[in-house]
Amino acid sequence: MSLFLLSLAGKYNYAIYIVLMMIGFYGVIAKRNLMKQAISLGLFSTGLFLFYISMGVVEGGTAPVWLTQAADHSLKDPGPYSNALTHVLILTAIVVSVSTLAVALAIIVNIQRAYGTIEEDEIRAIEEREHPEENVV
Amino acid sequence: MSFIDFHLPALITLLPLFGGVISVVLGTLVKPRRDLSWGFALVVSWTTLFLVVRLLESVVTSATGVVTYNMGSWPGPWGIEYRVDHLNAFVLLVVAGISAVTTLFARHSVDAEIPRDRSHIFYALWMFCTCGLLGITITGDAFNVYVLLEITSLASYALIAMGKGRDRRALLAALRYLILGTIGASFILLGIGYLLMLTGTLNMADMHTTLMAIPNLEGNRTVLVAFAFLLVGLSLKMALFPLHMWLPGAYTYAPSAISAFLASTATKVGVYMAFRFLYTIFGHEYSFNTIPGHNVLLACAAFAIVVPNISAIRQTEVKRLLAFSSAGQIGYMVMGFAIANQDSMTGSIVHLFNHAAMKGGMFLAVGAVIYRLGSSHVQTFDGLGKRMPFTMLAFSLGGLGLVGFPLTAGFISKWYLIKGCLVAGYWPLAVLVLAASLLAVIYVWKLIERIWFTERPEGAPEVSEAPATMQIATWMLILSSLYFGVRGEFTAEMAGQAASFLLEARP
Repeated sequence: MSLFLLSLAGKYNYAIYIVLMMIGFYGVIAKRNLMKQAISLGLFSTGLFLFYISMGVVEGGTAPVWLTQAADHSLKDPGPYSNALTHVLILTAIVVSVSTLAVALAIIVNIQRAYGTIEEDEIRAIEEREHPEENVV
Repeated sequence: MSFIDFHLPALITLLPLFGGVISVVLGTLVKPRRDLSWGFALVVSWTTLFLVVRLLESVVTSATGVVTYNMGSWPGPWGIEYRVDHLNAFVLLVVAGISAVTTLFARHSVDAEIPRDRSHIFYALWMFCTCGLLGITITGDAFNVYVLLEITSLASYALIAMGKGRDRRALLAALRYLILGTIGASFILLGIGYLLMLTGTLNMADMHTTLMAIPNLEGNRTVLVAFAFLLVGLSLKMALFPLHMWLPGAYTYAPSAISAFLASTATKVGVYMAFRFLYTIFGHEYSFNTIPGHNVLLACAAFAIVVPNISAIRQTEVKRLLAFSSAGQIGYMVMGFAIANQDSMTGSIVHLFNHAAMKGGMFLAVGAVIYRLGSSHVQTFDGLGKRMPFTMLAFSLGGLGLVGFPLTAGFISKWYLIKGCLVAGYWPLAVLVLAASLLAVIYVWKLIERIWFTERPEGAPEVSEAPATMQIATWMLILSSLYFGVRGEFTAEMAGQAASFLLEARP
């Protein structure tokens, strides 16, 4: 048990990513308000960002930029770099996640206009009243 | 080699991408926009199809059977590498072909279902969606797959939500698809992340080589986690039972042309991704021998060909019926690649093509009915055979193909699939495939009886045959499914080549 905790402490950001993702996942499943579901979905992806960012960390590593030494104007390699690849990848994933959230919110606005509510239970009740013979979405 | 031929793989994705952007600009600048947008989309989609056919030719005639292209001249594994072999070329043909034909269909249908001032945006989204699907299929880079997958998904969420003019439930279906789709894509991204951690590369072929070099691979938990995440994510994307519940709503309430387009391409590309990840990255040795991936997949596939088909029988809305049937058909494809022998995989890949043609054709026929009668409830089909004979004949022939009637394309794929089951010794599955075909007989017959053997009820609205573009598009798909049912050599040979490529895990 203590060994498990110790290894967890060393990789705490991975533990946090899982916790974040699962909070988001819980929200998507358990919340009945569409807006809360969309926000939970955002949280879910945020966990993913943390995972990718943690992955690229190199101990003592800096940003992969060549720094100029002021004294003789020569370029000097400041030594170990973080893995920029994963950070660049997650930049793309952040853009994707933002757009997904935007589309989700746009759809929710339309649902509000069409049904007058964004509570899933109320929408379900409306649909069951209107289409009693069909199973609702 | 000419400029076009050299850059062919890149042009195939770039053409619809820029086409979409231009469509928005064009539609904003020029006012009577609906025919213009449609015409432009038609030109782009048919040109794309032409380029894909040309690429297919060069793949088949090349000595190695592989055409590669380095994006921006950065060689793999550092740059993004496009890699086309028999399998991708075949799936590219399906996607580009269906997109071209459904665009031809779309003119009147979109006029009726989409507000006129939005048609240029509608076609732009459609082109983005096509771009993403083609890109997923053509790329050899795992992260590129994720990005293009999200381009496709975002476009298709919006396209489905545009069905709100006909039925406001489209919005709910789109949101549900969005939530489940995003979770699926996130799982895929997680899986890719774990693979990246292990291998330090994103190039699929390079990933495979690095993975195989890892000592004690079967005991490596990181690979196992990556495999599990990818399997769940991909199953969500291809709507494999029990993760198919987003599909019926999405396909039912989407605009008619989009239902046909997505039903015959989106889940198929999902199946293609599964092929790529399980065979090209993990290798079939790891996926099916080292860890029993096939047990999970076969169990899901067995339920998938039974449960959604039973749900299909109970449906009263024809579009929803077809959607459930699509979820059932995915089971056949997954079963084929999970059994993992030459015959079953050939069956799976051929079915991918055949089902796209048949189901696409059927959705188009239903789209024509919706255009004329405004509904796709089963009762609207009563006696429709006498009023819209050509459309209904196409619909019925597609239905027979779904059952797997001899001389239709569905027969060829089931033949290979059953042969594969028997070769592998899974005879209960072979029986199950036949039994599930009987379920298809029930729901197809239910419709055929209404169409041809029921009198049109008193007071039903007068209808005439669908417009020419709709009929031509529908018949193009149905005839191709019949043609490849009678002459199955081309598809079977192509699929057989692809299957042996995957099984030998040639780089």
